[in-house]
Amino acid sequence: MAAGNFEKYKSDGSLAGNALEWLDARFPATSMWKGHLSEYYAPKNFNFWYFFGSLALLVLVIQIVTGIFLVMHYKPDAAVNANGVPIAFASVEYIMRDVPGGWLIRYMHSTGASAFFIVVYMHMFRGLIYGSYRKPRELTWLFGVGIFLVLMGEAFFGYLLPWGQMSYWGAQVIVNLFSAIPVIGSDLSLIIRGDFVVGDATLNRFFSFHVIAFPLVLLGLVAAHVLALHETGSNNPDGVEIKANKDENGIPRDGIPFHPYYTVKDIVGVVVFLMIFSAVMFWAPEGGGYFLETPNFYPADPLKTPPHIAPVWYFTPYYSILRAMVWNFFGLDAKFWGVVAMGASVVIFAALPWLDRSPVKSIRYRGPITKTMITIFVICFFILGYLGTLSPSPMGEIISQICTVFYFGFFLGMPWWSRMDKFKPVPDRVTMK
Amino acid sequence: MSKQGKMDCGRRRLIVATAAVGGAGAVAALVPFVSSLLPSERAKAAGAPVEVDISKLEPGQMMTVEWRGKPVWIINRTKEMLDTLPKLADAVADPKSEKTSQQPAYAQNDTRSIKPEIMVVVGICTHLGCSPSSKFKAGTEEGMPGGWLGGFLCPCHGSTFDFAGRVFKAKPAPTNLEVPPHVYLADTRILIGDDKKGA
Repeated sequence: MAAGNFEKYKSDGSLAGNALEWLDARFPATSMWKGHLSEYYAPKNFNFWYFFGSLALLVLVIQIVTGIFLVMHYKPDAAVNANGVPIAFASVEYIMRDVPGGWLIRYMHSTGASAFFIVVYMHMFRGLIYGSYRKPRELTWLFGVGIFLVLMGEAFFGYLLPWGQMSYWGAQVIVNLFSAIPVIGSDLSLIIRGDFVVGDATLNRFFSFHVIAFPLVLLGLVAAHVLALHETGSNNPDGVEIKANKDENGIPRDGIPFHPYYTVKDIVGVVVFLMIFSAVMFWAPEGGGYFLETPNFYPADPLKTPPHIAPVWYFTPYYSILRAMVWNFFGLDAKFWGVVAMGASVVIFAALPWLDRSPVKSIRYRGPITKTMITIFVICFFILGYLGTLSPSPMGEIISQICTVFYFGFFLGMPWWSRMDKFKPVPDRVTMK
Repeated sequence: MSKQGKMDCGRRRLIVATAAVGGAGAVAALVPFVSSLLPSERAKAAGAPVEVDISKLEPGQMMTVEWRGKPVWIINRTKEMLDTLPKLADAVADPKSEKTSQQPAYAQNDTRSIKPEIMVVVGICTHLGCSPSSKFKAGTEEGMPGGWLGGFLCPCHGSTFDFAGRVFKAKPAPTNLEVPPHVYLADTRILIGDDKKGA
């Protein structure tokens, strides 16, 4: 619902009323409030899966606020201090040990990074099962894929900053991926690194990207994502368009105002989320070695790769797909095809609105083929994710190749399997299950 | 431009010309920003050669020195280590070191070295830049598969290399490890990063 066609606020004569009238004559205050909150009609049948959009916004705020405070003490400097420790690494230790409350802010930020991906993956899965990417919400979905890509970049840049062993060697591997691109590859990786090896120049530019460039782009994309959503209205677990059935006042019969109904409901989600978040942050901030990896508690050593390196868990499915490509095609190295497959495995989400040819949106009215395909996809995603945390092995290689085939098969076969399914009749109105 | 009435072609040409000049200016403005991302003059100057004393390097031992921010390994190979090399000629991807970018001409030989026993090689995997770990013991003792004769294993993606830094077939790394330019200043002193004596 576009903000705009609302009456300007008329004062009741009180001081507050006069102030609001003055403001509203000069700024779209009440119209934005109504358009996006108090008169934004969301379907009344939102379920558990619909918490994750607002939770993603919450985690974004946590990351920005904690990030602002971390930058006050962090130093992006790879030079070695008097104790022989890189200054960047030492400044993180300083935050953890000497800055009052620093350890908590740092753990909020590092736990927040993993929480961000958990929430975003849940949010994406919601879109997948209820067909939220389908017409007319393709653009909302595309902005969402953009957010996901930027978030991955943001997480990658951020992981270099503590300048630990995993920071260093992870960045080394990922930047070298770009050198696999024919012709421009080696210059491209040189431009990203800013030096012939990952070093001080790399650390400083990653810091700049992490704290300025990518957050700005992220905020812009989030705004576009929400604006596009509010233009078309939200989807729901039934995949029914609530705007198709409006009452005499033009209000969808199955819609309820976002505020206060969903703002209050989302508070429940926030409380439960923060309970889990705090439990992890206080009792398991390293997430069992998955949120903060053990080698990252050692300062970066350019001469020695840790015996086992793996990306943080949220990148491991794509990392497995990268490792699954071991064949040379068309005279190009397997390394290049690995990069292509990894890139494609992320970007392919953008094609979903055009790959899905099912006549109905929601999984509730789709048949066994859809349910089987989504189940296989999710299982493969988890297997790939798990294998990506392990050292390479011949068995793991074969399993990851099989899962990679299923992963791409899910998307590329979708135009066919999504049509072949048996469908149930979709109701005219939403249902309350 | 409305559909009725004639288009003002002169005005449109001016708009196109203005947009083109403005666009060219915007592209030109990218130059300082992109060039600032390239390695600085200081970074380019930092590749000074490194002098290494290998008199204390016993046979079978390996030492690591830093050159241009990368690890360079110097390995004093025993006769047993050297004897593994001919046996592996069929197992490695480039047994005769025909890929000339990976070593200077004076190291393009069976042992990929100037002196047969002393191997000097950049310890950076040619796949994605990790530093392989040494797995010198033959057999499965260090977690390697059976038939292993000793060499190096990259922990990141499992590429394996023999004692001459030659990559095994069907591994992610595309080429042998790089032998840096180096020269013997004396019997036990090596200059890494330069192969012209007295330079």
